[in-house]
Amino acid sequence: MMEKMIFGRFIPGNSFIHQLDPRSKLVFTFIFVIIVFLANNSITYGLLLAFTLFVILISKIRLYFLVNGLKPVIILLLFTFLIHILFTREGNVLLDLGFLKIYEGGLRQGIFISIRFTVLVFMTTILTLTTSPISITDGLEVLLNPLKKLKLPIHELALMMSIALRFIPTLMDETDKIMKAQMARGSDLGSGPIKDRVKAVVPLLVPLFVSAFKRAEDLATAMEVRGYRGGEGRTRYRRLKWDAKDTICIISLVLLTALLIFFRS
Amino acid sequence: MTEILSFKNVSFSYSPEKADVRKAVDNVSFSVEEGEWIAIVGHNGSGKSTMVKMVCGLLFPQEGEIRVMGNVLSEENLWDIRSKIGMVFQNPDNQFVGATVQDDVAFALENNGIPYEEMVERVTSSLKRVKMYEFLNHEPHHLSGGQKQRVAIAGALAMHPKLLILDEATSMLDPQGREEVLQTVLDLRKEIGLTVLSITHDVEEALLADRIIFMNQGKKYAEGTPEEIFALGDKLIEFGLELPFAMRMSKLLQEKGVPLAGKNLTEEELVNDLWTSNFRK
Repeated sequence: MMEKMIFGRFIPGNSFIHQLDPRSKLVFTFIFVIIVFLANNSITYGLLLAFTLFVILISKIRLYFLVNGLKPVIILLLFTFLIHILFTREGNVLLDLGFLKIYEGGLRQGIFISIRFTVLVFMTTILTLTTSPISITDGLEVLLNPLKKLKLPIHELALMMSIALRFIPTLMDETDKIMKAQMARGSDLGSGPIKDRVKAVVPLLVPLFVSAFKRAEDLATAMEVRGYRGGEGRTRYRRLKWDAKDTICIISLVLLTALLIFFRS
Repeated sequence: MTEILSFKNVSFSYSPEKADVRKAVDNVSFSVEEGEWIAIVGHNGSGKSTMVKMVCGLLFPQEGEIRVMGNVLSEENLWDIRSKIGMVFQNPDNQFVGATVQDDVAFALENNGIPYEEMVERVTSSLKRVKMYEFLNHEPHHLSGGQKQRVAIAGALAMHPKLLILDEATSMLDPQGREEVLQTVLDLRKEIGLTVLSITHDVEEALLADRIIFMNQGKKYAEGTPEEIFALGDKLIEFGLELPFAMRMSKLLQEKGVPLAGKNLTEEELVNDLWTSNFRK
């Protein structure tokens, strides 16, 4: 199940999109999510769809892989499409089955909403597919830096996030180990009614939590001994580099926004 | 020779208000000179780990004083002293802070505000020292235990420490990983004359040291060269420590009537003793 899910996964690569600075990608995705709502007719929705396909093309992620990975989303998409077709009553009747009438407005609305949905999901997925979690964290830390003035602990948040990301595989291994240990003692994790299965998870979670706390304590000691004193007076080893590519990326976003505003009705 | 670290009549108790509870560390004195390799041995609960925690200021002694590079350790110079001590802990996973090898090596440098250009240089050179340079961008879960410990050593080296402390750094590794880590430390001593303090209950590791401090029940039981310490023989076994393999082997051989001359701390000595033993008949 885990292998098929592509939400939040990172696929290393060397495409134009991969090489972009995480800051420009984050800003781009954030603004894109907003300007999607500017579209309200065929031309503007067509523009959005074409733009998204273009981005997928230069990110060198296979469309099949993307669509396959987003299967659960497609069900949701079909559902919204159907709701719109069945319940919007505008324009001419396209099809009359007696008990149900499909209107032109309904069809159009259904298609538009589906495009909006697809474009949003694809764009945000491309962000996580082409940016390593640690770069996203770095990008976020820099972008959120102004909020430090409001006394928000941005550095600490970013550090927490990067440590959490770093420990995911470690804790996964640990879970696996505990699972095998409990199975060797005869616990049945995979079968029976839901109630039994939930109960079987408890002897898995308790040792996992205990060890996670132990790890946290060790890590805190190690960090302190290595001179960690919070964000004050700290230099950064990871450097973000803003170059021409990022400027191009932002310019294309501005152009897209302008076109959307120009063509919207 | 300059003194790197000294304990003078240091005592520590985890519950100082209770007089009847045994102190974790009881009136311990010793010193470490520059370039030495000191091993602290003892079984669980002998006070080894408490001593390490006091060296890097995680705990403060209730009695006595600890000097690091001539300065008495206190709240004021704590961070300064920590930046001069490199530490490698027991669990390779729980001390890996960075997302990749190079980030982890840079962690202490970042904390101490080293400028970017110098950081890059130091990360490169210390990774090359421990022969982990080609793993620069690897994530920790793709490394073996021994490799992770070598990265931890590189992280400590990057700060140009005066003293490297190995807190049971090899106890969770397989024999191969242990060999890797110990070889790295031996090479470093040869190359840059690093001072090492290793806390261990692995006798083979203790044998590599110049001096051994033998702890029992929070007290320093004995101090001396490996020969002197392992000459204690049965006393060590009584306190829950093993003898080196070569020594046990020679003892058994002697019981069987093989005329061996010495105690034979290392395998090499034993082999030499064995092949010459017939001449002594």
